[in-house]
Amino acid sequence: MDPQPLTIGSQSFRSRLFVGTGKYETYELMRECLEASRCEVVTVAVRRERLFDAQNRSLLEFIDTSRYTILPNTAGCFTAEDAIRVARLGRDILEQLSNPGAAWVKLEVLHDKKTLLPDPVATLEATKELVKDGFQVLVYSSDDPAAACRLKEAGATSVMPAGSPIGSGQGILNPNAIRIILEMLKEGDADYPVIVDAGVGTASDVAIAMELGADGVLLNTGIAHAKNPVAMSRAMAQALDAGYLAHRAGRIPRKLYATASSPIEGTIVY
Amino acid sequence: MSDSTAAAGATISITVNGESFSLTGPATVASLIALRSPRPPFAVELNKTLVRRPQYDATTIREGDAVEIVTLVGGG
Repeated sequence: MDPQPLTIGSQSFRSRLFVGTGKYETYELMRECLEASRCEVVTVAVRRERLFDAQNRSLLEFIDTSRYTILPNTAGCFTAEDAIRVARLGRDILEQLSNPGAAWVKLEVLHDKKTLLPDPVATLEATKELVKDGFQVLVYSSDDPAAACRLKEAGATSVMPAGSPIGSGQGILNPNAIRIILEMLKEGDADYPVIVDAGVGTASDVAIAMELGADGVLLNTGIAHAKNPVAMSRAMAQALDAGYLAHRAGRIPRKLYATASSPIEGTIVY
Repeated sequence: MSDSTAAAGATISITVNGESFSLTGPATVASLIALRSPRPPFAVELNKTLVRRPQYDATTIREGDAVEIVTLVGGG
């Protein structure tokens, strides 16, 4: 069972793990984590210039833009209008870098600062506008199947439901909702990519997302704030492979009662 | 020259990335970029609208304009 490439819009990848570039203690550590995770897509944010580290170095000095597809996000936006502005700014920068991520945006339109949950109405509005503007929209959604369906109908290239709130480390809180989203979005369209986007706390969360049938997982804090981020990157990559393979292998059904693994016949006990 | 376009030598007050900034007119996005010399790559927005690179020379900056100069940073 060789792994299949993951196709999202105009691009295909061997790795199904998307890794964020925020919150690492140093740029060197970030670079090492990206390497250990074997990811091919990294997310970035768009912010006012002059955010350099103590040594006046910038993020892009530590990301090989010929190797990674850079997925610019609209994190921090609470209105459709702002998210659309940020998406256009991000595209302009990635076009200068000739990076394939210029075609993409990771759309986040958030409802409030405490939960960072998506605003479903504004997210839908921004999706429609950005699709019209030629973007391939990878859209952050809640785990609500109806919201996910609406976003796909609006032309989103990929719907990315949250496992749990961003950075919360709570894992996949409602696996049934994720299953329903997968079933609905992939009905008659098996290759439609669904990426679990937020809340991953540890490797088993990644495995669970993949076992449910997700096409990939996007995470950041789970690696960046682990005690040993490089080791956690490796763990996440291995969990992704394990979960992906397990899903394709086809798990046994859950049953209430036991089924013996050894033959009943021939036992000396009566 | 219209009222809102600064005469040569006049001071124009604008905001850049949310902070007050003054420059001598007439000014364009290109002349502002030359003054600020942001580290590439960057993107520029004038009054909430993206200004693409080929338009820097032709895009006039006027009194009270709001400019954003952004780049890529770490994010999830």
